[in-house]
Amino acid sequence: MIVTILDIVIAGLLLGGLYALIAMGLSLQYGVARVLNISHGEFIMLGALTTWTLYTAFGINPLVCLAICGPVAFLLGFIIHRTLFKRLLTSSASPGIFESNSMLASFGLMFIIQNIALIAWGPEIRGYSYLAFPVNLAGALFGANRLVTLGFAVVIGLAFYLFLARTRMGKAIRAAAQDPVTAGLMGVNINNVLALCFGFGAAMAGIAGMLISMCYPVHGVMGLEYTIIAIIVVVLGGLGSIPGSFIGGFILGLIGSIVTYFEPGLALAAYYAIFILLLLVRPTGIMGK
Amino acid sequence: MNITRVDLKKVWVPGLLLIILVLLATLSLYASAYTVILLTSILMYIVLTVSWVIFSGPTGYISLAPAAFFGVGIYTSAILGKELPLPIVIFIGGLASFCLALLVGALTLRLRGIYFAIFTFGLVELIKHLLLWYEINMTGTRGRFVIVVDNNTIYYVMFIILVILLLTAYFIRRSKFGLALRSIGEYEDAAAHTGVNVNALKTITFAVSAVFVGAAGAIMATRWTYIDPYIAFNPLFSFMPVLMAIFGGMGQFYGPILGAAIFAYLEEILLTKFPYYYMLIFGTILVVTILYLPEGLVGLVQKLRRRISGGKRAHT
Repeated sequence: MIVTILDIVIAGLLLGGLYALIAMGLSLQYGVARVLNISHGEFIMLGALTTWTLYTAFGINPLVCLAICGPVAFLLGFIIHRTLFKRLLTSSASPGIFESNSMLASFGLMFIIQNIALIAWGPEIRGYSYLAFPVNLAGALFGANRLVTLGFAVVIGLAFYLFLARTRMGKAIRAAAQDPVTAGLMGVNINNVLALCFGFGAAMAGIAGMLISMCYPVHGVMGLEYTIIAIIVVVLGGLGSIPGSFIGGFILGLIGSIVTYFEPGLALAAYYAIFILLLLVRPTGIMGK
Repeated sequence: MNITRVDLKKVWVPGLLLIILVLLATLSLYASAYTVILLTSILMYIVLTVSWVIFSGPTGYISLAPAAFFGVGIYTSAILGKELPLPIVIFIGGLASFCLALLVGALTLRLRGIYFAIFTFGLVELIKHLLLWYEINMTGTRGRFVIVVDNNTIYYVMFIILVILLLTAYFIRRSKFGLALRSIGEYEDAAAHTGVNVNALKTITFAVSAVFVGAAGAIMATRWTYIDPYIAFNPLFSFMPVLMAIFGGMGQFYGPILGAAIFAYLEEILLTKFPYYYMLIFGTILVVTILYLPEGLVGLVQKLRRRISGGKRAHT
């Protein structure tokens, strides 16, 4: 009995780490840059497929791909914000209109990135096996790749938290999240900060994609599924709260693993039910103001 | 000079409309079977887009629920199609969507802006996964067969739905309800203070717009013959109307119709041969429209017209 509970909890944490990483990226993009980025999952897909290509074609260690996927996704996100969303920000009359417009534009981005990937990689489902040996953890067996995934998610989450809390740049980001206009008046280069945040969000998605490719099969249309999970976690944690997203990720992972234990077919339905209930009862989430 | 121009316009627009209506109404007499099928798809997208604009156009609430209403219509047709005559099935499809929309509208009164969009999106996925689970675990089968109806009938039903929808949309737009809806879009609190019953108006309009989507789903299901939750509750049916409306431009009545017609035709010629390129073009046009043509095609037309007429005035 206890072993079963431990089993469920560990499986939930393993899943939750991934969710937390994905959601933190989106939280950064929404919380600071005010873009509810529907194409978030596409960056995950790009990271996953790039890692797959590098590993199967060139034999490059997936963990080394981290050093490729992260920066490339960051650059991509930075450029997209600098060109697309900055223009949208100046042309939108109010923050509310910008939120709607940027969400719709990110829908367009989703279609663009997804279909470029489908043209480049094709629709086949791909996978490879790396670090797929089992590890005994409190009497239950878990794949080593999943444990590595959890480790990376936690390390990246903590590192980013420290970056936000301790550095000058982090302070600027937090200021921009609270009040972009005042932050700009206080000498924060607001366009730069917003683009940086968007880039960081994309980088987290790229890294998450690399980690996902180690554990799960990957394909061109996998993005939306992860975007939806990210949105659910971000709402659960409170729109815009980065610690909330981190904790929310683990909560959703645990819920997923509990529901899967009792009724595997209902895991996704449970996510949506929680999501809808949350929006109705407490739209500010667990950590929201 | 001025008077004759106004008179001409008064004859022009209804005349053109009448010709188009007559051409569409008599389509099966002269057109090939393929044209009928093609036009059915175009009309379907126009129905989805125009009914989306009834609610979301003036209020600015981005609804991603059309796929839910469409799916409800599709499933109504699949479940009741064998037992009841077609008009009643379509009526029930519309009614079921109406009830669902009333419920959703009443639940989401407090949600504003982006929350409303993600709620409605989550709703589609929730219904899809619950239905999938139900089908696999309770009935033991996934998907259903739908009775087959001949293509001309499907076309004419869609045509009738569209005509009723256009009349409804037109009257809502021109009535005081349309004005009240626009005031909600401008500033909801101010609208409430000036005596607009914001909650009732939003809910009812949302539900009325859902009727047509449900009815369209009920008739389209008969063309697909086989459906399952993934086909019926495909989120693309939520995205398409939004994108088509934005592309066409919501400032004028004909904008969404234009946007839907162009995209439906593009889809028809591109989707089967180059699906990825079609979606790529689709995404690119969407981004470009939002960036450079916030008023859509309609805005572009008006800008060009103003430039031409402005030039004339300058000369006289």
